[in-house]
Amino acid sequence: MKDHFAVYSEACKKVIMGLHRQIRPALTGDLHRAPMTGLSRRRLLQRAGTGVLALAWPGLDRRPAWSQERPALVPGLPAGVYDTAILDALPGKQPLIKLSYRPPNYETPVPYFKTAITPNDAFFVRYHLADIPDQIDPNSWRLRVAGEAAATPLQLTLDELQTGFEQVEIVAVCQCSGNRRGWSQPHVPGVQWGPGAMGNAVWRGVRLKDVLVKAGLRKEAIEIVVNGADGPVLDRTPDFVKSIPVWKALDENTIIAHRMNGQPLPHFNGFPARLILPGWTATYWMKHLITIEAVTKPFGGFWMKNAYRIPTRKFPIVEHFLSQMTDANEPITEMVVNSLIASPADGEQVRVGQPVEIAGIAWDAGYGIRRVEVSVDGGKIWQAVEPGPDLGRFAFRSWTYQFTPQTPGKHTISARASNAIGQTQAESLIFNPAGYHNNVVRPLTITAA
Amino acid sequence: MRNGLLAAAIALLQCAAAYAGEQPVSLKHAPGHDVVENNCASCHSLDYPRTNAPFMDRKTWQAEVDKMINVFGAPIAPDEAKAIVDYLTKNYGTGS
Repeated sequence: MKDHFAVYSEACKKVIMGLHRQIRPALTGDLHRAPMTGLSRRRLLQRAGTGVLALAWPGLDRRPAWSQERPALVPGLPAGVYDTAILDALPGKQPLIKLSYRPPNYETPVPYFKTAITPNDAFFVRYHLADIPDQIDPNSWRLRVAGEAAATPLQLTLDELQTGFEQVEIVAVCQCSGNRRGWSQPHVPGVQWGPGAMGNAVWRGVRLKDVLVKAGLRKEAIEIVVNGADGPVLDRTPDFVKSIPVWKALDENTIIAHRMNGQPLPHFNGFPARLILPGWTATYWMKHLITIEAVTKPFGGFWMKNAYRIPTRKFPIVEHFLSQMTDANEPITEMVVNSLIASPADGEQVRVGQPVEIAGIAWDAGYGIRRVEVSVDGGKIWQAVEPGPDLGRFAFRSWTYQFTPQTPGKHTISARASNAIGQTQAESLIFNPAGYHNNVVRPLTITAA
Repeated sequence: MRNGLLAAAIALLQCAAAYAGEQPVSLKHAPGHDVVENNCASCHSLDYPRTNAPFMDRKTWQAEVDKMINVFGAPIAPDEAKAIVDYLTKNYGTGS
């Protein structure tokens, strides 16, 4: 199937490139004279595809406009999300909450978090820039490991990555830095995520450390710079490139994963290989990884110096990225301790005297969840939950709590997690302009009748 | 030649189907609508302004448009930038 797609796509490209000149006028009309100068070639192809399709054969569209299904959304997001978000399935994916088509930003619906492992086809999708390869041929994919602090630069095939190094596995939470941004008060610009820009999977691959050692990592290395095969639409837009401190790169838990929950990575989750930084937010988990560079100076790219930053020392964070820190702000690093009630849903109707299973998950940066408590009376009394299996300190910890509403009317349910170094979820929002690190205890209401 | 073109057209449609999925995202028809579509939709779909609404004031929308021009390199002329900020503030913002 995969081979078929590869051949198919190459043929498509040849055809489109051949028709390039003929397509362009129609394309320009359809795009309302979009600036073509500097538009990357792949982007042009994609545009040609959708543009011509829309004009020529609207019936081919995968999901007709009239069948657009509204997802069940959590309350508290900006009003525009309720008008705009739909359930939509990317190729190879279940219908997820589509917040933007291009670049694709798709959120995992809350009910998927009833289990600790998030299925690959329901795992959230997040891209910054829209020039995403439509497929990557695993046979021609190469991972280049170089940089001024790599004495013996090398290039790896997928086969070499899968057989030339010790293969390791770790269960870890991949959470977008901006998860829950839509709950920021006041609201802040950005992708208006609810609580589902996260997932937990079994990642299998090789230690980044082993690859760096093979590339002759020198002691002068200060950061490791990573880039993926996706890129910007305009040449002038800064490519999404990230760096991590060398000590984090050498952590035994930092891996280059080529399998997720026993399968190859879904395309939209970084096929064929992505970086896994357990405990740190997903901004560093580079998808479609193609270059790793060991450098001796702090990397100065936009996505490090200007984006993904939090006010310095405003959050209870243990691991800081010192070479990228200023007096005013610092890169986001670890996740904060948090929990989510996956069931029942906010607003659900239940019956008086009938048991309701409250189910959810808790996670942190890898210090380990020590305690999860639930309140069914609006936060006055807190009771310990029944913990689910321990899948490792970087994983979601599932939990349940049995509640039988004895009185009709509204019941306010909250969950609160604490970790092994004494951190607990925030009572009130620690506001920051990008809406990161929102771990405020968030009650939901069910009605018993 | 005709057969070649036909084959090419069919292949093109098949390719397009492989890419399909993105539906047109409509914005409110109001002055400035075309300027927004012309300048913004080439890099991102228009669900961005729709979901980032209606909490942003003029200053915040101005900052977003400035970022697109100065950081992301969007080739938007100053008069068009002003029209975009006006449109977004009025139709997807706080109005002032």
